[in-house]
Amino acid sequence: MAEVNLVEAVNLALAHEMARDPAVVVLGEDVGANGGVFRATVGLQARFGTERVVDTPLAEAAIAGVAVGMAVSGLRPVAEIQFSGFMYPTLDQIINHAARVRHRTRGRLSCPMVLRTPSGAGIHAPEHHSESPETLFAHVPGLRMVIPSSPARAYGLLLAAIRDPDPVIFFEPTRLYRLFKQEVEDDGEALPLDACFVLREGKDLTLVSWGAMLQETLAAADALAATGVSAEVIDVATLKPLDMAVILDSVAKTGRCVIVHEAPRTVGCGAEIAAGLAEHGLTSLLAPVQRVTGYDVVVPLPRLEHQYMPSVERIMDAAKKALEYA
Amino acid sequence: MTTVATFEIGYTQFVDPQGAPTQPLPPFANEPAALIALYRAMVLARTFDAKAIALQRTGKIGTFASALGQEAVSVGAASAMRPEDVLVPSYRDHPGQFFRGVTMVESLLYWGGDERGSAFAVPRQDFANCVPIGTQVCHAVGAAYAFKLRREPRAAVCLLGDGGTSRGDFYEGLNMAGVWKLPMVLIINNNQWAISVPRELQSAAKTLAQKAIAAGIEGRQVDGNDVIAVRHVTEEALAKARAGGGPTLIEALTYRLGDHTTADDATRYRDAETVREHWLLEPIARLRNYLARSGAWDKDKEEALQRECAEQVSRAVDEFLAVPLPGPDAMFDCLYATLPAALEEQRAMARRFAPQGGTGRG
Repeated sequence: MAEVNLVEAVNLALAHEMARDPAVVVLGEDVGANGGVFRATVGLQARFGTERVVDTPLAEAAIAGVAVGMAVSGLRPVAEIQFSGFMYPTLDQIINHAARVRHRTRGRLSCPMVLRTPSGAGIHAPEHHSESPETLFAHVPGLRMVIPSSPARAYGLLLAAIRDPDPVIFFEPTRLYRLFKQEVEDDGEALPLDACFVLREGKDLTLVSWGAMLQETLAAADALAATGVSAEVIDVATLKPLDMAVILDSVAKTGRCVIVHEAPRTVGCGAEIAAGLAEHGLTSLLAPVQRVTGYDVVVPLPRLEHQYMPSVERIMDAAKKALEYA
Repeated sequence: MTTVATFEIGYTQFVDPQGAPTQPLPPFANEPAALIALYRAMVLARTFDAKAIALQRTGKIGTFASALGQEAVSVGAASAMRPEDVLVPSYRDHPGQFFRGVTMVESLLYWGGDERGSAFAVPRQDFANCVPIGTQVCHAVGAAYAFKLRREPRAAVCLLGDGGTSRGDFYEGLNMAGVWKLPMVLIINNNQWAISVPRELQSAAKTLAQKAIAAGIEGRQVDGNDVIAVRHVTEEALAKARAGGGPTLIEALTYRLGDHTTADDATRYRDAETVREHWLLEPIARLRNYLARSGAWDKDKEEALQRECAEQVSRAVDEFLAVPLPGPDAMFDCLYATLPAALEEQRAMARRFAPQGGTGRG
């Protein structure tokens, strides 16, 4: 077993599946000789050849569209969009095609593709390199929207995404790529999709988050523990389809919930979770559900991005409101 | 200044509008049965189109896109393909789809608002109709990539319209197909109209075929009302593709004799005289004239064929009208390989509110 960071875990999963399944191909801008701008695909082209690790021309819509054609025709493409801010040209291909192939042909054809992209702020990146557009994809029937929050979950969830018979959008939090290492055994064991992970059990408060924001959320749980508050921490991991049962079970126990996400608040995935709690967990709730999110503003350039992103202090403030509500 | 690159776009026609050969015909055309099969496919498509428009007018199907006048493009393309090749169509290619084994019942189901219309029993791996314009070019690139990677002697044949050549998906896909030298044939059904926007407002390029040049691939024009020419040019492009010679862009020049769809009224934006002129060039009369000149066709055969096509269409319509409505589960059954737990509650609601007498699984 080796200690790896998140980007190395992605690389391990890609290499594992490419070795296991000859139908898996990797494509995207700079994924070949350069190994990807974050090095997620480093070494793959040397090992698996230029036909299976494909440097594409610079055209995001076509990267997604070609992946659709490949997937329909029996390959398992794992396409990379260099940053989630450049995902927008792919929406037509993803929403109008990838998400519908199985349904509109009554299962005659299917689209087992993965579209990977680094997402989120906090790495002092230029404009358009700090987006968190997961809600755009979580809204689309037929898709899966997955965001790992640790090297181990990146490895296990990416394996699951590649093996899944339907299209998966896979966001990799750039801030976590090299933030910390974890023991990850390259054993080919996938984690379940469509499932939330309870990272820490607690009885007073439920903290729900995903992706890089689990860092601040776990830190807030530590700070709460120091004050005697036992917080349960849930990593949603798959935002679509949403495993509401785990969140409802937790809130049935704690009665209080704070949802934390980096994406802007309005119609963010936190709204869906809050609505689910209102619909199915109202009698469990002892306090209004709190949301700690990015503001409804354009993601700031690096000088202000840390004021935009939810902080431990903001999470503590929301937790206090939830806990003090009579 | 030094010239560093030049290009030319060739044009191919074998039979003129009066049905007279303009050059020696390709070998397949020496076999009357082969030409009669093409003729029959075009007549069947035109018969189907007339019936489908009538069905739309009487509320039996939804909006429908007729291929009137453009039958030679998709029939010519489909007839050049092998069964194992893959057709990546637009939404106006039922003449070619029928040639490849898609049934008229399936097409009526599709336009009649039922997903089962794209569940082709044959050909299983052809792509379904593509309504977003030009996006299918990228799908054909992906399919061709899969064939090349697996060393399969197959090719993807993609059809799109003149309007589609203005879209990024067309340029991006064509460019990638060129870089990767893929076994792919891209055929533009240049019917001169993108709903109301005429060809000259779509691009300042003299030909649409020359858009291939920027992608480093061969581009050529063909008389899209001459099914022999369309088939021949597509066959040449497919042979090149299978031999590792890469993709070809073919611009087939034809004319949309009907409205864009049944939701359109072309009299709002084009004059009847121009349309009448183009009726003199259309593909079915042209091939009939050629067959008659060569002694392979006569009035009796024509009447028998018309009768046979009308009966075949009529049977398909009866069969389509007898297909029971899908039940509410059909909305959920094929959304994912396995229905996620998160959707079970919504499916239960759809069942609860479904009209009585629903048929359950669709």
